Parts: sequence; C-alpha cells; structure tokens
Amino acid sequence: MFNSNDSNVRKFNTINRRVFILSIAKGVVFTGILARLFTLQISDNKKYLTLSDKNRLREWRLPPVRGEFKDYFNNTIAGNTEVYQLHVIPEQVENFNNLMVRLKNILSLSDKEFSKIVKKKNQQKPWETLIISENLTWDQFSKVNYYLHELSGAKPVLSVARSYPFKENYTHVLGYVAQASEKDLLDNENIKNKHVPGLRVGKTGLEKSFENELIGSNGVQRYEVNAFGKRIKQLNFQKGDKGREIKLTLDTEVQKLCNELLADKSGSISVMDIYTGEVIAMHSSPSFDPNLFLYGISYKDWDTIKNNPNKPLINKTISGLYSPGSTIKPVVALSALENNVISPNFKVRCTGKMEMYGQTYHCWKKKGHGVVDLRSAIIQSCDTYFYEMSRRLGVDRLKVTASRFGLGNKVFNNLYKEEKGGLFPSTNWKKAILGQGWVLGETLITGIGQGYVQTTPLQLCLMTAQLANGGFKIYPTLISNKYQESLEKIKYKMSQNLAKEEKYDSSIIRTAEEFFKPGEKDYKKLFRNQENVKFVLEAMFASTNQWNGTSYKSRIEDPKYQFAGKTGTAQVKRITEEQRELDLETSQIPYEDRDHAWFIAFGPYKNPRYSISVFVEHGGSGSKAAAPLAKQLIKKVIDRHEEREKLRKRNLVNI
Amino acid sequence: MFQQSSYTEQLTFFQKLKSFDFILIVCVLILGLVSNLSMFSTDGGEFLYHTKSHLIRFLVFFILMLFLSFFSLRFWHSTAYLFYIVILGFLIWASLYGITASGSQRWINLYFINLQPSELMKIAIIVCFARFFHREQITNVSSFKNIIVSLAILVMPIVLVVSQPDLGTSILIAASGLIVLWLAGLNIRYFVYSGLVLLISFPFVISFLKPYQKLRILSFFNPDRDPLGAGYQIIQSKIAVGSGGLTGKGFLQGTQSYLEFLPEKHTDFIFTLFSEEHGFIGSVFLLIIYGILIYRIIKIGSISRSYFGRLFCYGFGSAIFIYIAVNMSMVLGLLPIVGSPLPIMSYGGSSMLATMIGLSIVMSTKIYHKQIIN
Repeated sequence: MFNSNDSNVRKFNTINRRVFILSIAKGVVFTGILARLFTLQISDNKKYLTLSDKNRLREWRLPPVRGEFKDYFNNTIAGNTEVYQLHVIPEQVENFNNLMVRLKNILSLSDKEFSKIVKKKNQQKPWETLIISENLTWDQFSKVNYYLHELSGAKPVLSVARSYPFKENYTHVLGYVAQASEKDLLDNENIKNKHVPGLRVGKTGLEKSFENELIGSNGVQRYEVNAFGKRIKQLNFQKGDKGREIKLTLDTEVQKLCNELLADKSGSISVMDIYTGEVIAMHSSPSFDPNLFLYGISYKDWDTIKNNPNKPLINKTISGLYSPGSTIKPVVALSALENNVISPNFKVRCTGKMEMYGQTYHCWKKKGHGVVDLRSAIIQSCDTYFYEMSRRLGVDRLKVTASRFGLGNKVFNNLYKEEKGGLFPSTNWKKAILGQGWVLGETLITGIGQGYVQTTPLQLCLMTAQLANGGFKIYPTLISNKYQESLEKIKYKMSQNLAKEEKYDSSIIRTAEEFFKPGEKDYKKLFRNQENVKFVLEAMFASTNQWNGTSYKSRIEDPKYQFAGKTGTAQVKRITEEQRELDLETSQIPYEDRDHAWFIAFGPYKNPRYSISVFVEHGGSGSKAAAPLAKQLIKKVIDRHEEREKLRKRNLVNI
Repeated sequence: MFQQSSYTEQLTFFQKLKSFDFILIVCVLILGLVSNLSMFSTDGGEFLYHTKSHLIRFLVFFILMLFLSFFSLRFWHSTAYLFYIVILGFLIWASLYGITASGSQRWINLYFINLQPSELMKIAIIVCFARFFHREQITNVSSFKNIIVSLAILVMPIVLVVSQPDLGTSILIAASGLIVLWLAGLNIRYFVYSGLVLLISFPFVISFLKPYQKLRILSFFNPDRDPLGAGYQIIQSKIAVGSGGLTGKGFLQGTQSYLEFLPEKHTDFIFTLFSEEHGFIGSVFLLIIYGILIYRIIKIGSISRSYFGRLFCYGFGSAIFIYIAVNMSMVLGLLPIVGSPLPIMSYGGSSMLATMIGLSIVMSTKIYHKQIIN
C-alpha cells in the first residue's frame, strides 16, 4: 500500500483487530448452538422421541367381544350375532345433506330418526364415525350395497352385538346388556378401563354379576394423526380377546316349558337337582325380550314394561318375597317331630276354627277336618292341627329348623345383586326390629306360612330339595363347573354324615370348618332323626297320591313320573267374617286380593332327583292354580333326566 | 503497484470468471440444493407450489448473483448511497401503500414481484456504511458529526420497519448496522453507553411492545406457560429437533412437519424440519457449510485492498452469521421467537434476493480485490 498514510494503516489495523475479536465471538456462538443441538438430539433424544410419538400416535380401542352364556347342553343362550351397520364419516362426504336424503329414502327412515342422526352428527367431530344405523335389516343392508356407488362416504359395516336367541326365556336369569352409563363406569374399574363409546355392559342378572369375566379385552387400532387429530394412516391392529364363556346348569327345554306354563300369568317356577344343587330352570313371569335393550329401547316399549302391574323387571324367583302359605307345613311338622313336641300319633279335632284369647283362627275348610293325626294334617293341609302344633312348638324352635332348610336366607350367596333373603321371624327379631313382644297368635299363623314370614320361590325350591334328599344340606348353583363333585361322591358324603354324631347348631364350629377348608362342601345333615324326614316325605307323597290329598287331582300314576308335593294358598290380605261367609270363587275376587297359589314338589318319588316350586301370584288356590302346572313340569324334567345324566357322565370322563 | 491496479481495471471476461470464488459458489449451491429438498419435504414429498417457486427464485437469483458479480466494486461504491435511498424509499412506500398480510404491512407491489424492502435494507445498510466510512480518517470516525449521521442512517429504516410492525427484521437491521459501525472503528465506549441506555430503557420498550410480542417473550422464558398458544411453536420445534436424534428420521419422514405439528415450517422453522429429518449429523453438516460460507466472505474481505470492500465483506459476513445464529437459537429455544429467516434456506424471495445481492458484492470484491477506490 504505497499511497496509504498512517491513518489508513491504523484504520485497516482497527478493522482487522475487531473482525478477529468478532470471529472468536462467532466461534463461541456456533459452539453454543452446536452444544444445544447435541443436548436436544443426542442427550435428550429419548425424551423428545417420546413426545413426538405422543404427538402423532393415537390408539383407538375397539369394543371387546363379550363372552357367551351356554346352557347345560351347550346351546348358546346369550351370544353375539353379526349385525349390519351403516357408518358415515362426515368429513369424507362431499355433500352430507345429499347423502342423508338419499339414505333416508333407501332406508325409509322416519323424519324423527332422520333429525336424530343429523343432531348426532352436529355433536361430534367431523372425522368421527357417525353411526347411521346400528342394526340394518338384511333388506336394508343389501339395498345400501346395491346403491353404494351413489352413496360415496357411506360404509356398510359388519359388526357384532349381543343377542339372546331365546328372548324372554332367560331374561331374569341372565339380565340384559345396554350402553354403559356413567354409574357403570364409576362402579366398575374394569368397565372404565375398557370403555369405548357404545360399549354394552350387563345391567342386571348374571350379565352384571359376571361382567369382569364376560367383558373380554379391547382390540386396538393404532393410527398416526396430524396436528388436528385427523387420522392419517393405520399403523397396526391388535385383536382383542373374547370374554370368558360361562356355562350354566339350566336346561333350555325345561326353561321354555316354564315360560309356556306361566304365559299370561304372573309368577315363578324353579327346578333344582336335589343332590348337586344345580338349578335346572328358574323363570319369572311376566318376562320381556332383552334384545329390546340392545339398541336403546324405545319409549313405548319401556313404558309397557315399566308400567306393567305384574312387574316384569323383577326377578320374582329370587327377589320376590311372598308368604309361603301351607308349603311351609312339611318343615313345621319336621320341626315339631325333631323337637319331640308331638309324636305322629298326636291328634287334634278340627272344627274349622280355633279360638284363642278371643281371637278366632280359621282352618281353610269351613266344616273342619274332624279328628286328624299329623299325617292326615299334612295330606289335607289342616290349619287347625298346625295351629295347635305351632303353639306347642313355639316360633323360635320353628325358626331354627326353617332357617336350616334355607327359609329366610339367600339361596345364592352373591351371585345376584338383586337377590333378597326374605324373613323368618322370631321373638328376638320382633323385639329388635319392631320393638314389640311376640304374641302367641303370631306363632299360630307363622305355623301355616302367614304373617311375618317371607320367602322367595327359590327358597322353597331349595327347602323341598333338602327335604327330598333325605335332609342334607346342598349347594345351589347356576354355573356348571367342571370340577363339581360327582353325584356318587355327594351321596357318599351324605351317607357318611348320616352316621356321624350330630353337631347341630354348632355354628361356631361350622364357621371354623369353613375357614380352614374353604370351598369344602360338607353336605351335612339337617335333622336329628332321619325317620322324621322320611315321615314328612311320605306325608307329602300321600298329599298328592292319596284320594283326600290336596293335590290328588294333579297326581301322575306312572311310577316313572310319580311325585310328592304340597300345595300352598297364601292369603294376601286379612279375610273379614263377611267375606268368609260369602266364600267367593277366585274369579269373583278382585285380582290384587286373590290368594297366591303355591306348589312344591319332588320326584320321581322312588329315588327322587328333582325338586320344583311353582308360584302363581294371585293365582287362587295352590291345588287348582299351581299343582297342575307342576304336573306338566315334572314330567318334562324327568323326561330330560336321561340326556342330562349322559352329559354329566361325559363331563366327568373328560376331567 | 499503481500500474498493476490500473491493469486490474481492465480485466477480461475470462479473467473475471477465473477469479470467481468457487468455494463460495459451491457452498451456495449446496445450500440451494438442501433448501430445495427441504422445501420439497414441506410440501409432503410432492413438487408443489412452495418447492416450485423456491426453486425458481433460487435459480433466478443465483444467476442474477453471477451476473452482478461482474460489476466492478467501484460501481457498488458509487451506487451505495443511491441503493440505500431507493430501499429507504421503498420502505416509506411500504408504510404508505404496502400490502398487508398477517397483520403486518411489509410488502410492496412491484408488478412482477411482491418485494419486502426491509429484507433488502439488511444489505443496503451495510453497503451504505461501508461507503460512509470508506473515506473517513480513523481519528475522525468517532466524531460527533459522524455519530449523528450514522445514527440517522441506522435509525430511519429501523423506525420504518418497527412500525410495519416487524420486530425481527428491525432487530436484524440494527444488529448488522451496529456491527459495521463497530468494525469501522467507532469508539468502544459509545457501545457501552448505548448498551447501558438500552438496559435502562428496557422496561419502557417492553411497554411499547404489542401484546403478541410480549407473549412471545414470556413464552420463551417458560414455554409450558401456554403450551397450545404462544409456547406451542417453541415446544413443537424442540420436539422436532430433539426427536431427530443422531441421524434423523430420514428424508420426507419428519413426522412433526409432515403431520403439521410444526408451524411456519417453510420459513423460519425450515432448520427444524431439516434437523428432524437429518438429525445431528445433518445439522452439523449444515452448520459447517454456513461456517465455510462465512469464512470465505471474511477471507475475501481480508484480501481486498479497498476499505469499502473489506468493511462490506466483514460486515456482510458478520450479518449472515447473526441471521443464522438468531434463527437457529430461536428454533432451538435459545431465543424468543422473532421473525428471522435462515439465509438461502428459508422460503421468501426478498430474503433470497438480498442475500444474493450481498454475495454478488462479495464476489465482486474478490474479482476486484486489487482495485483501489478513491
């Protein structure tokens, strides 16, 4: 630089010096950026990768496939059917309104349904599936498929839904499923975890009790979504597991007959194996078709069900509490014999009524039965005899026997949330609950199954079973279990118990035994002297098969089907003297005031195997309304016996 | 030497071509390629609008740069003030009749192109200062008159750009201007003084900021304050870069950008996209290319015999550095979000044009490095 003066040199020096400083600063900054990149991309890579995946991945859970219910013969009684559904994703439709109008014509939707769908569409996000119809008929489905090229955006889908092929036959046993409510989610963690919109869960019955087993697990579809939540592509699909299959002890053939027998009536029928405790049928009438609840029941249908005075929503077999009437008499007689209050030869003169402390207690037969002993008192169901016997026995001793045979206790421990225990009164109970002293008159009416005593039809069935098997405790069950004890083993245990010293009323010891051997079924004896049980059973046989028995008209003479039974006619309100004088026919009394008709039975008489209880609400007299039903039923039950045994043997071999 | 210098003024075309800085050109071409591929990725792997227009702009302005490189350094020296005044005029035009987009009046309609004069001002201010201090005696640089005049040159465009409003660009203009002033030898104590004044006036400046700008600053300090609002961009950008890892998710595989979690991915956040897809290795590669580019510009400045060329190159190199540093720090969450494009990489014609003009002056400095301007 020739012509540069001193100043120019200094100027260049300054700029060079300063650019050097600047370059160092740049290096520092670049290093800082590099360090930052290193931190983000190398050190914290995992964290940000997770965050990025959280951004882009969404899981869609599919409704789990519910486990099925089978009857004893492996018929599906609650299954899953394929249903034809129509889905639309509004976002993928060019002109939603056009499509809807077109669909309305094809499916012939009503204006109400149409506006409901449009309303639903406006409530959800445009990329969410809109279910136009959950259950298309085959006609509609094929029509939609036929016009599909004109219906861009509409997707016919094959899905599964709960179905009850036997409709009203199993309504009360199984309960029904419907869309999970907020309460269901709060009450059951499992439902909450598996919930997807539209999930159906059990609302009552076994569907509810076994919810956790039945529900299965969700299938999972994993999608990549964009920042606006729109699905871009499906990444993988994980199939869910179907819920557990539950096999019941019920026989559909018998169950169907129960339904037919109780058609147009209100009542309940139950059938039980007197050794294994297997419930072969239990039906409550009136019933309804549980399939109605699947897609949301219509207001009309719901009103019909809800407002039916015969209460179809209640499972009368386990939740209906009624006075057992004379069906309790075998147990009263047994209690008296067991406690040595009377001997079978003890006689009472029945004049049609009995006076006590100014109160008159009537026998059902106005003219009276004359002189009767215990056997004929059971055969003819003489109330006077039972008044006198109960008076001597006392309610507390009666309660011990009755409770032992299952009256006033739940039959299934916790199987049904809706099951009721009923009540068998005692002096202590009255004092504690009602705060009043026991009155002797109350003992008398308790002795004929009236007053405070309240039982469910299934309790009476269990009572009959435990009498019929010779007086041994059994364990009622609805669930068919592979590991169930064999009939032979149960009978063996019972015979062992027969020989054993009694240890009656040792509830502490019993509890201790259950504690040390949980699940061990002991089939212990419920009597002091089996002769007493046999006496009662014979009297019940005579009640049905002797000319003067209350259910003589419903007898079957064929020894194969011959059965023993006891009628019961329970008053629902106090009968005044005038009414008694009138002696009206059942049909002349207003429905709500008519007596409940009962019949308990077991058969075949030689070598009994099944017990039944028939209850017809406001049916009138037990011998007229209930016993004839039992006659048809017991025939069917015994007819089915062989097939049932065949299957039982096969099941045992399989183990 | 005198003879030699007169000789250089009559360079032939091939001589000029020969003295092109090919390293610089290669760097620019690499950046151009990378930016076009990234733009292709922002379009979801399709040759769509953004990719197309970015490619066209790059090619046109790159050729323009080569063409302008043939202009002698003296030409740039003589037109420096004119350049500044024209751009200042454009800025005034923009503030009067400019086109408004997303709440800011930044663009002017030149019929064949919508120009953002504030981007060009980033270069114009450097050229202007280079000319201003070219003839100044070192003893005179810090004179009262010079400080007043240079402050006026600096403040006028800043005020115009701030009023658009465009905080990001005005900061970058101020930064490039200040760097040139410092390189020119302005007494260091003035920087200290003004720094103090800035610090004291900071609360007042804050009170003049628009609410959205305040939000941005607040969310910079704590992005989780409002993860779906103002903090969203920072969070998503960090996720994108961080999830890239060592080797990246692969070309066209950046889920953050392709699934639209990344905002402004064409412009300010193009580096995030690149970093997500190509990882730490890709990012370091890009940094190295930028480093070489800056190094070459400074190097060319250091061989220039004219003060104008040297000051411009030093200033321009430093300015490019600042743009890169600010942009990257911003997308990596080291600085608040201010609109600042990444040179050559980001989508935007005016920014590309300004960078190319700057580079052509650098190239001209290289070709005419022996030229002495009186």
